[in-house]
Amino acid sequence: MTLTGFTTSWKSAAVTLALGIVLLAALPSVLDDYTLLQMTIYLVMSVLAVSLGFIWGYSGILCFGQAAFFGLGAYTYAIAVVNMNDSTVPLLLSIVVPALFAAVLGYVIFYGRLSDVYMGVITLTVTLILFNMINSTAGPEWKIGNAPLGGFNGIPAIPPLNWPGNIDETITPRGMFNLSFGVLLAVYAGLRWLIASRIGHVIIAIKENEQRAQLLGYDARAYKLFAFTLGGAIAGLAGCLFANWGAFTSPTIFGLAQSAQIIIWVIVGGLGTLVGPVVGCMLIQWLTTQIGTQQTFNSNLVLGAILVVFVLLVPRGLVPSLGDLLARLFRRRPVEPAEPVGRVEEGRA
Amino acid sequence: MDLALVVVIQVLYGIASLVIVSAGLAVIFGMMKVINLAHGEFLMLGGYSVVMAVQFGINLWIAIFIVAPIAVGLVGIVLERLVIRRLYGRMVDTMLATWGLSLLLIGIVTSVFGNTTAGISTPLGNFAIGGYSVSVYTLLIIAVAIVLGLALRGVLTKTQFGLIARGTMQNPAMADALGISPSKVYSATFAVGAALSGLAGGLLAPLTGVVPTMGAAFVAKAFITVIGGGPAILTGLASASGFFGAINQVATFLSTPVFGEVALLLAAIVMLRLLPQGITGRFFKGSL
Repeated sequence: MTLTGFTTSWKSAAVTLALGIVLLAALPSVLDDYTLLQMTIYLVMSVLAVSLGFIWGYSGILCFGQAAFFGLGAYTYAIAVVNMNDSTVPLLLSIVVPALFAAVLGYVIFYGRLSDVYMGVITLTVTLILFNMINSTAGPEWKIGNAPLGGFNGIPAIPPLNWPGNIDETITPRGMFNLSFGVLLAVYAGLRWLIASRIGHVIIAIKENEQRAQLLGYDARAYKLFAFTLGGAIAGLAGCLFANWGAFTSPTIFGLAQSAQIIIWVIVGGLGTLVGPVVGCMLIQWLTTQIGTQQTFNSNLVLGAILVVFVLLVPRGLVPSLGDLLARLFRRRPVEPAEPVGRVEEGRA
Repeated sequence: MDLALVVVIQVLYGIASLVIVSAGLAVIFGMMKVINLAHGEFLMLGGYSVVMAVQFGINLWIAIFIVAPIAVGLVGIVLERLVIRRLYGRMVDTMLATWGLSLLLIGIVTSVFGNTTAGISTPLGNFAIGGYSVSVYTLLIIAVAIVLGLALRGVLTKTQFGLIARGTMQNPAMADALGISPSKVYSATFAVGAALSGLAGGLLAPLTGVVPTMGAAFVAKAFITVIGGGPAILTGLASASGFFGAINQVATFLSTPVFGEVALLLAAIVMLRLLPQGITGRFFKGSL
């Protein structure tokens, strides 16, 4: 089986999911609470990375404002849960509101037939609008229901998720880890299923050649809008998890720095895969944490350098490049076909 | 009456500052179709070169009009050689790489100067209109914007360099066949765009103060001005600046500066939906 054949087959999805479930079961008993808490934020951000990895890598929409949906999800959850106490509806709202927002924005962009460049500029602009607006709502007069928006101070002490109907039974840090990991695996499985379905094939066909897909009778605008909205919904869910993780949200999550980070995760990990963005996200987050512990290099400097180097030298990202490398290494060696497939699974699954 | 005059000056100032902030980007994007997301950081570098030059005892006006453009122009040449040149024709990759450059420049400047505001006081003082006080520097910005527009037009239409540059952008292969090296023209055009951004940063330094992250405040505004302007570089720049600048200042006057910005950005989104080719894609066709 060829490498591309393998990565698009259900086997790679099954291997990745099996690996994920083993880790999900094993890690909590191996790691201490602090490390688990760190892992949780990596997982939450990985969900966000996968959302952009999907819309950019599979439908070719480069969104510079994925942070907007993420931030909107976090703020929606925070505002709703402060007002409602029970977290079930806020959780749903934190998915629905960003999805609706993405749908409206996507409608303007795709049905206006705006090109890639405009797409980038508009998503960037929208992120800035949200940042500017939320940032300026520091006064006590800015509140929705009982929830003050807090402006640049953010919203502190956000009530955590609770078991539906029972406000007293709130989620524990370990529960948060399980939930975030579960969400990541579910999102991965769902997207793999979508990509393998007919709709997924059309979405990819539109990315490969929009005109040809349209001549075959597919409404490219509708499919792109669907993908974009789905990406917004997943990013919103990640935002909700983020608000739960630190019980805090502030306007910086709408910021350009946050948007840039998401793009760096995806491009470092690899476009056109779903595992790539997760790998990129974990690596870069780990790296930023390491940079934070020393004074010589500033994190912007390192992230900027990484982005430039990857665009110029490793444009396909780590996971696909690594997969190619492994495939090439094993093609030279005359061994049974079963062996290279097994090896490739490790690098590319 | 006095108030009306002050408002008119403020609106003109809003328009002029958009022209100044966007001019470098208009040249780079309009001529080369390169999306330079590090544009804001070019402004920031211009601002820092002025602050540094003044600290070394150089006259403020020499610092703004000579040191800042030359310094940032040189940075532009280096970056074009190292990064931009490898990505011509790949618009999305250029956007990503220049975004990386933007972070990189912020990181370098933060490491060198620290994350604090460095400022120089606004020169030239104020004059009074009735009961209102208006900064003379505001009038200078308006004047510079007009001179800049006319100078750009002159260079593009009247000089050999302008002709060569426009020809190369239109048909690089033909220019190459006629003995002009397109890569040199690209390099020079990028340097001119960077120098203009440096000048803009220098002009803004006395007004806003300089911080490593100041670029982010300008890059989106500059972008929508250039893209809203459409294919004609100068007419587009002037008309989009006029439109967005007026909206920004009027909304600022009616509410707060924050909502002025928001109104500007919202107007841009609505306008791009109605006029996807920009203002000069529909009106003033065929102008420069």
